[in-house]
Amino acid sequence: MSAAGTRPAGPLRRAALRLLRVLGLPVLLVLGWWIYSVAEPTFYLPTPGRVAGAFTEVWFSARITEDVLPSVGRLLTGYALAGLLGVGLGVAIGSSRALRAAAEPVLEFFRAVPPPVLVPLITLLAGLDTTMKVLVIVSGCVWPVLLNTVEGVRAVDEVLADTGRCFGLRGPARLRHLVLPAASPQIMAGLRQALSIGIILMVIGEMFASTSGIGHTVVLFQRGFAIPEMWSGIVVLGLLGFGFSLAFRAAERRILAWHLARGEERGRHA
Amino acid sequence: MLEITGLGKTYEGRGGVEALRKIDFRVDGGDLVCVVGPSGCGKTTLLKCVAGLLTPTAGEVRVAGRRVTGPPPGMAVVFQEYGRSLFPWMTVRKNVELPLREKKVPAPRRRELVEEALAAVGLADAAAAHPWQLSGGMQQRVAIARAIAYEPRVLLMDEPFAAVDAQTRAELEDLLLTLWRRLGVTTLLVTHDIDEAVYLGRRVIVLSSAPTVVQEDLAVDLPAARDQITTRSAPRFAELRAHVYAQIKQAKGRAAGDRTAGDRAAEESAPPRQVPSPAPRDLKRKTDGRTR
Repeated sequence: MSAAGTRPAGPLRRAALRLLRVLGLPVLLVLGWWIYSVAEPTFYLPTPGRVAGAFTEVWFSARITEDVLPSVGRLLTGYALAGLLGVGLGVAIGSSRALRAAAEPVLEFFRAVPPPVLVPLITLLAGLDTTMKVLVIVSGCVWPVLLNTVEGVRAVDEVLADTGRCFGLRGPARLRHLVLPAASPQIMAGLRQALSIGIILMVIGEMFASTSGIGHTVVLFQRGFAIPEMWSGIVVLGLLGFGFSLAFRAAERRILAWHLARGEERGRHA
Repeated sequence: MLEITGLGKTYEGRGGVEALRKIDFRVDGGDLVCVVGPSGCGKTTLLKCVAGLLTPTAGEVRVAGRRVTGPPPGMAVVFQEYGRSLFPWMTVRKNVELPLREKKVPAPRRRELVEEALAAVGLADAAAAHPWQLSGGMQQRVAIARAIAYEPRVLLMDEPFAAVDAQTRAELEDLLLTLWRRLGVTTLLVTHDIDEAVYLGRRVIVLSSAPTVVQEDLAVDLPAARDQITTRSAPRFAELRAHVYAQIKQAKGRAAGDRTAGDRAAEESAPPRQVPSPAPRDLKRKTDGRTR
């Protein structure tokens, strides 16, 4: 108990330092923006205060259910479909040498096509509704997942695969206990790339031809010269992307716990 | 229990590399047989053919009378590369348990087998750890525990102690003997270490250089109870070792003219033995021409 008097200062100070490190740069940036926008007032760069005002006004309203949630819903649907498709096809292609030889050049080609150019095409094929926007997201997200899964499955350690064969590991059990965990670091890398692509395509799909969604709203404000409101839409997208990336990191830390810890262990011995 | 007849393996490719020419021997139920041969003689190829991981190009392997076409049930394998044969995303317990799950052993019995096996290799406390948190010797103990928990009829070991240091190696050798004596499991162990082959084996199969045939099938007439100190210093042990060594030297001399790239690669990848050994073993190592 004797140390109790001096102890709390330590953790408290450490927490304060941490907070400063995390928030320091963002606060400085906003401050810089503020000073610039006050010192040199232009129509197109409102002060952070005005953007914040517009933010609460615009987004804490029915827009949450009419624009934000549909956007997020389409993103998650498209992302999940792309994930399933990418991992499913990736496992099949990665496990078969013949399939790989046949499919790889084609896959590389499709990956090289910038997904936004598919928007007009998909609009023609699938119309202007939700299906189109989800398909746009799938068409962009699937490639990094697919190619990374192929790579991960192909690189399953030979000794590990032999061990699995000797102990009768086959079929779904082999997939679950050997192939997918072994490929999981690469699969997660693919999913991470796919997430940022997905957010970009969500917005592009909505900007093209749409009646709802965050991207649609931003374009609408821009055309109506509602500049602070437009900026607030950009902030919403930024926050959304940041939130998704935090959630992804948390999921990754759980799924790849063994991989990350092993990496640290090796680092310590090296 | 294990019959190998006319076994040959030629790898396809430019011209084809004949690794095994004609291998014949059998292992009786409950026996412990060591296979030893010069570097690059196809020991691992032989073991993989027996395990059903490679398809031989001639002859056949039979386990308990049944011809091997794929990994046969009731056979467990311990590989040299413990770091690559344990599943890093599973705990030690899960690693040992997984094959039992696939074998459809009921859960209570599974728990029993896992606990017994881990206790038998002295790792009862490490069940919740991940393999990469353990030392090399402990990881290989996990692999051995996994093999014995499986209750195999035949245990195959591919240079199981080649990648651990000398002291750990001696411990693991004695562990293997203890387990073998207790379980009576038919064991085939491949090694490049002549001492180890003589120390562990009831019989030693000496292979020739590639293309490989059985050069000698030698019964080891040492007392059944073996001990690192007394057995290794027994005159009979020295005689047997010298005999096997002479056989291998002869096999090497015969093949010295036509060494292949495969031989050299195998020699270069031979793992180092880190702990200094006493004089007699040093002497032996200098003369037996292993590249370290």
